[in-house]
Amino acid sequence: MASALQILPDRQLEPLARAYAKAVRTGRLKLAGGCLVALVLLGVSGWFTQFDPVLFANNAHRFPSYFVRIFHFDTGAPVWSNFEEWFWGVLPEYKCRWLWSLWDTLLIAYLGTALGAIGGFFLCFMASANIARTRSGVFVARRLLEFFRSVPEVVFALIFVAAFGIGPFAGVLAIALHSTGALGKLFSDAIENIDMKPVDGLVASGATWWETNRYAVLPQVLAHFTSYTLWRFEINVRGASVVGLVGGGGIGQDLIEYIRKFYYSDISALLILIVGMVMIIDILTGRLRHYFIGLQEAR
Amino acid sequence: MAGQGHADRKLLETDLARLRASHPDVFAKDGAGALWRIFISLTLAGLFAYSVYRLEIDPQRLLKGFGSLWHFLTLMVPPAAGSWAKFMLYLHALGETVAIALLGTFMAAALAFPLSFIASRNVMPVWPLRFLMRRTSDVARGIDQLIWALIWVGIVGLGPMAGVLAIAISDFGTFVKLFSEAIETADSKPAEGVQSAGGNRLEVLRYGLVPQVLPVIAGQALYLFESNVRSSTIIGIVGAGGIGLHLSEQIRTLEWQHVSLLIIMILIAVAITDWIATRLRRSIAGRSGEAALAQ
Repeated sequence: MASALQILPDRQLEPLARAYAKAVRTGRLKLAGGCLVALVLLGVSGWFTQFDPVLFANNAHRFPSYFVRIFHFDTGAPVWSNFEEWFWGVLPEYKCRWLWSLWDTLLIAYLGTALGAIGGFFLCFMASANIARTRSGVFVARRLLEFFRSVPEVVFALIFVAAFGIGPFAGVLAIALHSTGALGKLFSDAIENIDMKPVDGLVASGATWWETNRYAVLPQVLAHFTSYTLWRFEINVRGASVVGLVGGGGIGQDLIEYIRKFYYSDISALLILIVGMVMIIDILTGRLRHYFIGLQEAR
Repeated sequence: MAGQGHADRKLLETDLARLRASHPDVFAKDGAGALWRIFISLTLAGLFAYSVYRLEIDPQRLLKGFGSLWHFLTLMVPPAAGSWAKFMLYLHALGETVAIALLGTFMAAALAFPLSFIASRNVMPVWPLRFLMRRTSDVARGIDQLIWALIWVGIVGLGPMAGVLAIAISDFGTFVKLFSEAIETADSKPAEGVQSAGGNRLEVLRYGLVPQVLPVIAGQALYLFESNVRSSTIIGIVGAGGIGLHLSEQIRTLEWQHVSLLIIMILIAVAITDWIATRLRRSIAGRSGEAALAQ
């Protein structure tokens, strides 16, 4: 097959080879430049955060030993030697305390998601450029949604804890506001992607704005809305277990108490319960979401 | 015009009876569907009411809370830091926050990049190793960043280092998942080409796989950096450095002007990093073509 290989005469080959070498060189230069910038940035970050590799190396062994520690009782016995002592919080003798906390966390997530979906639902029509009646309304609604979703839940939770006192309501409200921002954006994106023909039809037959939204817009987007809301619920279950850390109720409040008081075996039990709950909810809502997406595609 | 619309409406209503008679199937009542909808609505509403009852949400306390919330809001304007020294302190903390995000994301990506090959089906034939790697990443991802921060504070002490490590470990989980998905969906033909030209396993990875996944991975790393700037603003609340520490302190001492200033500073920093990261992502996606964008 070697005879099939044709080599250009040197006269033609040379400029091509030169161009290739140049292209490779500029590519490498760019890469080296990028690496240099990244290194400088990392160095500055390391200086800013006082990241001390020596300190880290000296303490790194504590990380695995922390995990060893949380899987042992204070007596030194491994936690799995006595399940009743490890998961004492789920036993009826202690009124299933942890299970109720988990249940409360789910309810906080539910209430927050429901309120957020309602808020997002009312704002999304105003934030969609193809449906809203005034341009300034679109601007205001969009900035409002942006603000709600840019401020982290935990910051809202801290402020609400100051206003409403420690308890689940602060967590519910924090999650609701953040979800309003996130869902309102997703909802209005869905509305902006609808087929406008039904809308034109209804407007032409004299329908009011509300009727147009009800009969032309809503049937097209309801399945999307449902699936987004379920997805948000999934995220909010995680969020609800975290807002408890700052006093927003639910399982997070137990967890931070145990971490602060160094109740090691309880920490591991709660972490397992939280991760387990999040995984189960992920699987369930994932199934439901696929069901709704299937419904939408079958239409 | 309103009168015109009204007249049209009347016309439509007289037509309705005729339409109903000529197209009965369109107007047929969907009994089962309606029942199902009512059932679901009632269940959701019932759960809502039960939650309000179970979480002991008391309307009186609520009203009082909204009153004080409004009071706080009036106290928030205008945003102010009190003194330049304080403002510079906040600015430094904001820089620390961005630095935590950058360093944490970099550490996570650097650690996850080689290890994600272990979690990929098309590179790692030994399934127990793959399984172990994937479950490790699941656990790292499953525990929230704020909880990781609490744990690291217990290990390396208060300060930004705990924040860097918290972000690094939870993102490590996310990166292993994302990277290994990118590796698994990569086209196998370049790898086969390198192999048929006599490349060994390392060369197959280097020249067959890495050029394909690198732009995807860089895009994802930038995306996560963006989200980490958001989340590193809050991990300070548990003592892991950055602006969150000041934020929670000012909220606890009810210094509302400081709080609003800090929130505005956070929003500006987030907006700037979003803008930079989006531009960088676009340029990366542009260089490697539409394929990377579609990933």
